[in-house]
Amino acid sequence: MLGILNGNVYDPMNKINAQEQDIWIRQGRIVSPEAVDLERAKIIDATGLVVMPGGVDIHSHIVGAKVNAGRKFRPEDHRHNVRERTDLTRSGSGYTVPTTYLLGYRYAEMGYTTVMEAATAPLVARHTHEELEDTPILDKGVFITMGNNHFIMKCIRDGKLEQARDYVAWLLGASKGYAIKIVNPGGVENWKWGRNVTELDDEVIGFGINPREIVTTLAWINEELNLPHVPHVHGINLGRSFSARTTMETIAGLEGRAAHFCHLQFFSYGKQKGKLHRSAAAELARAVNENSNVTVDVGQIIFGEATTMTSDGPLQHRLHRETGNKWLNEDIENETGGGIVPVLFKRNNPINSVMWRTGLELFLLIDDPWQVFLTTDHPNGGPFFCYPHVIKLLMDRDFRAQAFERIHRRGRKNALLPELAREYSLYEIAIITRAGPARALGLKNKGHLGLGADADITIYANLEDKEEMFARPKFVIKDGVVVARDGRIVCERPGRTLYVAPPYDPKIEEEIRAHFQESYTISFNNYAISPDHLAFGEMVPCE
Amino acid sequence: MKTIVENVTCTFCGCLCDDIIVEVEDSRIVRVRRVCANGRGIFVDYDPTPRRPTIAGREVDWHEAIVEAAMILDRADSPLIYGLSSTAVEAQRKAVELADRLGAVIDTTSSVCHGPTGLAMQAVGEPSCTLGEVRNRADLLLFWGCNPAASHLRHFRRYSIMSKGTLTPKGRRDRTVFVIDVRPTASAKVADHFLQLKPDSDFEVLTSLRAIIKGEKIEVEKVGGVPTATLRDLAERMKNCRYGVVFMGMGLTMSRARDHNVRELFNLVCELNQFARFSVMPMRGHGNVAGADQVLTWQSGYPFAVSFARGYPQYGPGEFSAVDMLARREADAALILASDPVAHFPGAASEQLKQIPTIILDPMTNLTTQGAQVVFPTACYGVDATGTSYRMDNVAIRLRPVLPTGRPTDEDVLNQVIEAVKQC
Repeated sequence: MLGILNGNVYDPMNKINAQEQDIWIRQGRIVSPEAVDLERAKIIDATGLVVMPGGVDIHSHIVGAKVNAGRKFRPEDHRHNVRERTDLTRSGSGYTVPTTYLLGYRYAEMGYTTVMEAATAPLVARHTHEELEDTPILDKGVFITMGNNHFIMKCIRDGKLEQARDYVAWLLGASKGYAIKIVNPGGVENWKWGRNVTELDDEVIGFGINPREIVTTLAWINEELNLPHVPHVHGINLGRSFSARTTMETIAGLEGRAAHFCHLQFFSYGKQKGKLHRSAAAELARAVNENSNVTVDVGQIIFGEATTMTSDGPLQHRLHRETGNKWLNEDIENETGGGIVPVLFKRNNPINSVMWRTGLELFLLIDDPWQVFLTTDHPNGGPFFCYPHVIKLLMDRDFRAQAFERIHRRGRKNALLPELAREYSLYEIAIITRAGPARALGLKNKGHLGLGADADITIYANLEDKEEMFARPKFVIKDGVVVARDGRIVCERPGRTLYVAPPYDPKIEEEIRAHFQESYTISFNNYAISPDHLAFGEMVPCE
Repeated sequence: MKTIVENVTCTFCGCLCDDIIVEVEDSRIVRVRRVCANGRGIFVDYDPTPRRPTIAGREVDWHEAIVEAAMILDRADSPLIYGLSSTAVEAQRKAVELADRLGAVIDTTSSVCHGPTGLAMQAVGEPSCTLGEVRNRADLLLFWGCNPAASHLRHFRRYSIMSKGTLTPKGRRDRTVFVIDVRPTASAKVADHFLQLKPDSDFEVLTSLRAIIKGEKIEVEKVGGVPTATLRDLAERMKNCRYGVVFMGMGLTMSRARDHNVRELFNLVCELNQFARFSVMPMRGHGNVAGADQVLTWQSGYPFAVSFARGYPQYGPGEFSAVDMLARREADAALILASDPVAHFPGAASEQLKQIPTIILDPMTNLTTQGAQVVFPTACYGVDATGTSYRMDNVAIRLRPVLPTGRPTDEDVLNQVIEAVKQC
């Protein structure tokens, strides 16, 4: 039992904005004061401190086959970024691709308690879950890539949409996933032929369907299955000069169905004279403002080292060709692909400078903070532990103006950013870093401090320097236990893995079994992960 | 009573065939179907009878052996943990945790096998795929410095040459196969084309192929004993295939130039993706050596040859690899997990292993168990214990046990050793 007294509470889900309130915790949940034995409860005096729900990251590449391949092929990323073991904690290494224990510690030390792994191919989901067991403290969920899945694409071709729906339900349960992820729909399949897609009506080779149909079908399935999250979309043309147009077409194509568009910064580009893309943040922000069915996260870039890793195979090959940096590719049978390329984002590079300000423009031009969330698409735009830096850029106009002056001259040309005077309030920061993502993810017990919520709470000193404030919270509480103090871990405990298991017509299994015989290399019977293989699993109902 | 267990996974090699059928009668394996000659022994020769651990050859109870092991490790200045590739991920995770706690050096059989492949991958990347892409798409296959016909017996049929997939319905007839090696191997017999290289000329041949693909002129008539015209023909086929895959083995990693050979091959495959789709895959030997790479990487950041002596992970192939640690007489105690280094290491390293107190966990008896101070006869993952293994393409497969568990697993023993070390 724990009481947090006299804190300045920011709980946007319950419309509480900087009100002095007491919070009581029992058995890992937030309870009313009557439910607590006041004599025996431990007390944290939060007078003058800022109290928020624990941070929720809606999109981060933290574990699994791709991330671990990134760790393996980047020893240069680890050598100068190490942490020593202590009696309480394990040692670790890595800057953009930290080891699992170090990643759990760093997120928790920053006040984050829930993180979503952004893309796992179902065939290698078992690997993802094994790493999650070694990722302490955090609650986690896994997005399952489906935008290039042969079974689904065949169902679309044959007009058997109910079969596709049952398959998706089976696949989420079998891989212990949390949400449907779509990455470059059709484009990754075409990459296996050395090609890509560039328009929503382009043909997916061998299936006679197009990216538009894949997105709309999965959005329909997502509604049919009542999944807690919406389809999580990384569309076509990431990073290209027509990405803004095709992204707006994708939004329009949803016809009002809900979807989340991840790392939108990478899709917010238009053509202009010369080679440099122009920021199309204004157009895309308008599209988001006009479509309340859409949420986005930004994927802000951070100047410095990054490791790009996506299931978007053709994109990664293009990045390799453009940068000359080492390239790792992984085609995954019948399901998806992926690649990894290390990059360095430079302040004095015009392209990187445009990317940097485009992300900030999106943050500042999207009106409703419940529609835009803070991410760096870790480790694609930069490491997650730079979130406090981004918060300072959003909250402090002068700091932002100084940073803008330091980017490349050509990146500053025609920029909207200097005209955007908006400063985020602490209340809005609480929305874009916890309440908003939790709501979009359908996590009923997270992102707020109402009765019954998980007691995942972060307490900050209210410092003038917001980067300092958010980098080292005074207390981080997970499931009612203080896990970090003053930015250092004081208690290591396992976190849970959240997954869904929607119902489906079991007749679909015979069809899937036949599909396995035809084209897989592992037995159907050995594919699904049974619930007891997850050491700390928790099923989230689909209602 | 007879029971039949289907979809059993054989853990002998990196193929991890998961379609094995095992018949069990009175807690004994009486028949195994679909298994190859290499894997059969794992099932039919295994005696699951619980055995007691030994200290210096004397049978003791488990607790005594655990305490002895913990004391050996605690007393050592520079303990070495080695092996890992023939046990399950669950045990590998514990082994790395133990190394972290002890400040030990930990290394896997990768360092005497595909270690150079790892170095090449770290230098230039690695375009790869899962085995199903080979089955469904590959119309051009190259086997370079490997001999699956002897080492991975079901590879051709299940995954590569003969397998029938969505774009390769006719199997063998839909594929062109090259074997490239220094001698005509059993695998060469099933190839359409066999290129016999002069020993230690792989690097030259690979560089020449890269040059040809870049449009450079090769002025010599032969490279590494192969006519330049043959290389030009191969380069044309590579550029014009639908989906090409190179499988590579120890012929590249353990001959002259080692990681440089592999780097050159990976560069070649990388560059071919401007013309066609191309992948490369190392033929991983031990059943879960890929898992050992994975676990060490997600816990320490590095795939093998890791020292925790400074309190954080440091990477040092050639420095922290087991052979070097032993040959330099730096390791003063060793814990061997599911491996037989005494049989396989060079003389100096193997000799040193006999001089220092050694602890071993293994279901079987081998040369290392014979000289070890403490021996834990543990269960065999995939036979009488469940766990996870990673296939050569890094696909994780859950192992089904076919016999009831009578022995402690490697994971159980390592857990107890960790607890006992905390008490020291």
